[in-house]
Amino acid sequence: MVPTVVLLGVFIAYPFVMGVWLSVSDTTVGKPGRFVGFENFRKAWTDSIFRQAVGNTFTYTFWATILKLALGMWLALLLNRHFRGKRLVRALMLLPFIVPTVLSTFAWRWMFDPTFSVLNWTLYYAGLITTKIPWLSDTTLALWCAIIINTWRGMPFYAITLLAGLQTINPELHEAAAIDGANGWQRFWRVTWPLLLPVTLVVVLFSVIQTFADFQLIYVLTGGGPANSTHLFATYAYQVGVATGLLGEGAAISLAMFPVLFLIVVLQLWYIRRVERT
Amino acid sequence: MDTPDRDTTPVPSVDRRTFLKVGGAVGVAAAAGGLEGILSARRAPADAQGTRLHILRWVDFIPEADVELKRQAPEASKALGAEVTFEFINANDLQARITAAIQSGSGPDIIQMLWNWPHLYAAGIVDVSDVAEPIGKAQNGFYDVFNATAKVGGKWLAVPHGITGNTVAYRRSWHEEIGVKEFPKTWEQWRQVGKKLKAKGKPVGQALGHSFGDPPTFAYPLLWSFAGAEVDATGKKVVLNSKATIESVKFMQAFWKDACDEGGVAWDDTNNNRAFHAGEISATLNGASIYIVAKRQKEKLKDEKGQPLVQDIEHAPLPGGSAGQFAMYLPFQHSVMKYSKSQKLAKDFLKWLHAKENYEKWFQANEAYSVGSTKVWEEHPMWSRVDKPLRMYQRAARLTRTLGHAGPATARATESYTKYIIVDMYAKAVQGMKAEEAVKWAHGELLKIYA
Repeated sequence: MVPTVVLLGVFIAYPFVMGVWLSVSDTTVGKPGRFVGFENFRKAWTDSIFRQAVGNTFTYTFWATILKLALGMWLALLLNRHFRGKRLVRALMLLPFIVPTVLSTFAWRWMFDPTFSVLNWTLYYAGLITTKIPWLSDTTLALWCAIIINTWRGMPFYAITLLAGLQTINPELHEAAAIDGANGWQRFWRVTWPLLLPVTLVVVLFSVIQTFADFQLIYVLTGGGPANSTHLFATYAYQVGVATGLLGEGAAISLAMFPVLFLIVVLQLWYIRRVERT
Repeated sequence: MDTPDRDTTPVPSVDRRTFLKVGGAVGVAAAAGGLEGILSARRAPADAQGTRLHILRWVDFIPEADVELKRQAPEASKALGAEVTFEFINANDLQARITAAIQSGSGPDIIQMLWNWPHLYAAGIVDVSDVAEPIGKAQNGFYDVFNATAKVGGKWLAVPHGITGNTVAYRRSWHEEIGVKEFPKTWEQWRQVGKKLKAKGKPVGQALGHSFGDPPTFAYPLLWSFAGAEVDATGKKVVLNSKATIESVKFMQAFWKDACDEGGVAWDDTNNNRAFHAGEISATLNGASIYIVAKRQKEKLKDEKGQPLVQDIEHAPLPGGSAGQFAMYLPFQHSVMKYSKSQKLAKDFLKWLHAKENYEKWFQANEAYSVGSTKVWEEHPMWSRVDKPLRMYQRAARLTRTLGHAGPATARATESYTKYIIVDMYAKAVQGMKAEEAVKWAHGELLKIYA
């Protein structure tokens, strides 16, 4: 028991408590801080870049989660069927998940490059566009590019986990439903979906937390630009706390994520427990 | 020879406590020549002083400059009796490394500082006046900009190392094709020229994203040349929201639309180099790296006629506005970190690095990309050998202003820079925000920083 408590204390409790302390202090790089109460949170709330980052984070998390869930489910259902080369397809599908985020994001950055975009080049020579699409230089498009990359990267996690869930469903249930006259959509909605719900919720729970706190993808892709249009909580906290050296303010921005994530976790765990009981 | 069987050979019984006691004592004594040696020398053994020196720098845009430093490392090691190692990282990541190092109290002994970062990290770096003053005195003095960037409270917190100038690199023939023999001297003239070139598919390329070099070195001089500024001369009063700033932003909106590759808001410091070398843009604000790389890769980088691209590259300073012509060149310096156990060694290394015979080799490898931090290097024979388009860098470092101008260079000016407030003011405007609103937004952000 003691080693466990020590491990938890050193690697989980201490950084968390330290983060909380920093967020209520005016610590800057190299200087010990004084207690300033909620001043850093007040400052963050009046900061237009922080507000923009909050909006971006919710938009990014919401759409990326929806897309990952929809596409992941679709892939899982496809892979749950029998076809030749299924194992190879499964292995290939995992590629986005196993390639380091920094590397894959660099590749995507090249594809969306404002001057040398291979996507623009392909679309142009296919006759689908006549002028360059400003993938990363348009404030709206840039965030959508990030959502697309996050979806591409996170979809295999959904697909594989949901596939595992699908394979635990007894095929006889589907057969019985089919005999009763249920079509494909009805079988999915009435049989598959309810049985898959607990797994789905767990996947969504993990994914939301990861997406909400995403850093690497944005840092490599845009650095939060153009004009802060892709800053998320984590990238802005990094810019303020680590790059600028305002550790107290950076910690407050970072910690502002905590209540949201905590609420998401509590709600989802409560729902999962309820589903399991029923 | 027979090898003893590990399973059967008896091992003398030594408990853990005895081993540590004996091993520790033997180790220390061996390293320092025995306890008597330590006491008589009245200083710590070499291990405790640190016999390794770790220097962190940016990845240079002129790869040969880094190669030269790496080549010098063994020479420095031999001269100083310590192991000197260089680490090179992306310049955009330097600030993060500095913060992490200072907070954790461990990391590189010497870290390269850009802009006026010594103000921001003053609490974590040591006074190196004893190194900087003699170098300055012996070499006709440091450029004025370093009094603002490397000197904090009258002390040198960094030893100035060099300045990377930036000018507009442009395609001579493309400009001549539209009747332009001399690069525009005013912003408005540049807009007119750029408009004609953009119509021919040869726009101006300017980075305006979140990157350390090209976006701020364009945005700040533009602001100043229209008589705008972040703060007044005292550095305390935020004065950004002015008619002059709004004019500069309105100009930028028109310039961007008429003359520029509008993808530039997503560019970092490498994009314009690539775009220029690929023949995608007619002009861009940059250091001499576009020219030097084109020169060193003559066989690879060609113009549309198949001739070496370098022959068609010319340089010119940024145009001027109603308040004059400005430049913000990139000052580099080296700071010794307070947590370093090798502070004396670090200072000795900086003295060694700036010795003429060592510095000269690095200076020449740069071929005008990074010029000296002291004025003596303006007289170096290299200048008579470099190509004509590079000679404008010879005395350029005299002209530069830095973050915070017209006020003092402060940590707050650095904070504004790190948050890209001025760059984003222009970026927001070229993305469609009204000039007045963009300026108001930036002014509000500055008020919070300078509060």
